[in-house]
Amino acid sequence: MAKIIVVTSGKGGVGKTTSAAAIATGLALRGNKTVVIDFDVGLRNLDLIMGCERRVVYDLVNVIQGEAGLNQALIRDKRVDNLHILPASQTRDKDALTNEGVEKVLDSLSEDFDYILCDSPAGIERGAQLAMYFADEAVVVTNPEVSSVRDSDRILGLLASKTRRAERSQDPIKEHLLITRYNPARVDHGDMLNLEDIREILAINLIGLIPESEAVLRASNQGIPVTHDANSDAGQAYTDTVSRLLGEEVPLRFHEYQKKSLLSRVFGGGRR
Amino acid sequence: MKLLDFLRGERKKSASVAKERLQIIVAHQRSQRDQPDYMPMLERELLEVIRRYVKVDQDAINISLDRDDDCSVLELNVTLPRS
Repeated sequence: MAKIIVVTSGKGGVGKTTSAAAIATGLALRGNKTVVIDFDVGLRNLDLIMGCERRVVYDLVNVIQGEAGLNQALIRDKRVDNLHILPASQTRDKDALTNEGVEKVLDSLSEDFDYILCDSPAGIERGAQLAMYFADEAVVVTNPEVSSVRDSDRILGLLASKTRRAERSQDPIKEHLLITRYNPARVDHGDMLNLEDIREILAINLIGLIPESEAVLRASNQGIPVTHDANSDAGQAYTDTVSRLLGEEVPLRFHEYQKKSLLSRVFGGGRR
Repeated sequence: MKLLDFLRGERKKSASVAKERLQIIVAHQRSQRDQPDYMPMLERELLEVIRRYVKVDQDAINISLDRDDDCSVLELNVTLPRS
């Protein structure tokens, strides 16, 4: 039985796909058989972030509609052995996904994999609800910014009511907060929400904190999930996040601003 | 900068403004989370009825549903303007 984890956020552009790709890569690097599914039908991007865009032949919608087998649609990752990608369709619309169809796909993947990551589209419409419906755990990606935090709270409301676990009154989905694009210097200046505030407002457990990092754009430029950039702060922060998902206790890193000396603060100070 | 802020009399940092605003809006969102689907409609229609008799603003009406174990209480608060 695979564990199904949805990577979701409500708001767009906060780093869902980057995080889904990075976490899936991290889980696979730790020896778990992992598949990451793009639920953003019509606007697929996971294939680009994973660097397999030229190897897409069939997609999730083809599988659901019986036009291709699961094994034909799954793309084996070039870099990590036990990692697979199931891309979204670029041409169909989101109505091509059905509850039963998605359930069937997840059920058969569940037999072969340890982890199934669902990369949710933005918004709270059908595609986003389908991505979360069958989940066991949820990674709620949040930027330290008002609209992102508010949307994350809306998503938490949906996770608690519009999912299979909620409808069947089973144990609720395990919710994890993943803060991305965190800038400790701006937090120190009082111009950015700090992680304690976000955690307090959303009232869920923090699974990771990814600092704003040049490595993320560099990674997406190349189509290599940032986890592979083991020297980068973001890469290490995702590796820590994966360890915590696997139940390990890892201290938080990259959240503290390296303060300048007193002298330079008084005289040479200036913002940023 | 900190020293300057101190001398000027510290201005409120934008992050703490963000936190206060979020706390209010999230509390409001959560109070609506468990309410039945008909509540927004009920609220709108109640407001219409009240407006037939008194001129009140949209935000002068406050409606909430509190659930106990065995019953629910629908609470309606209307602030009427001084006539």
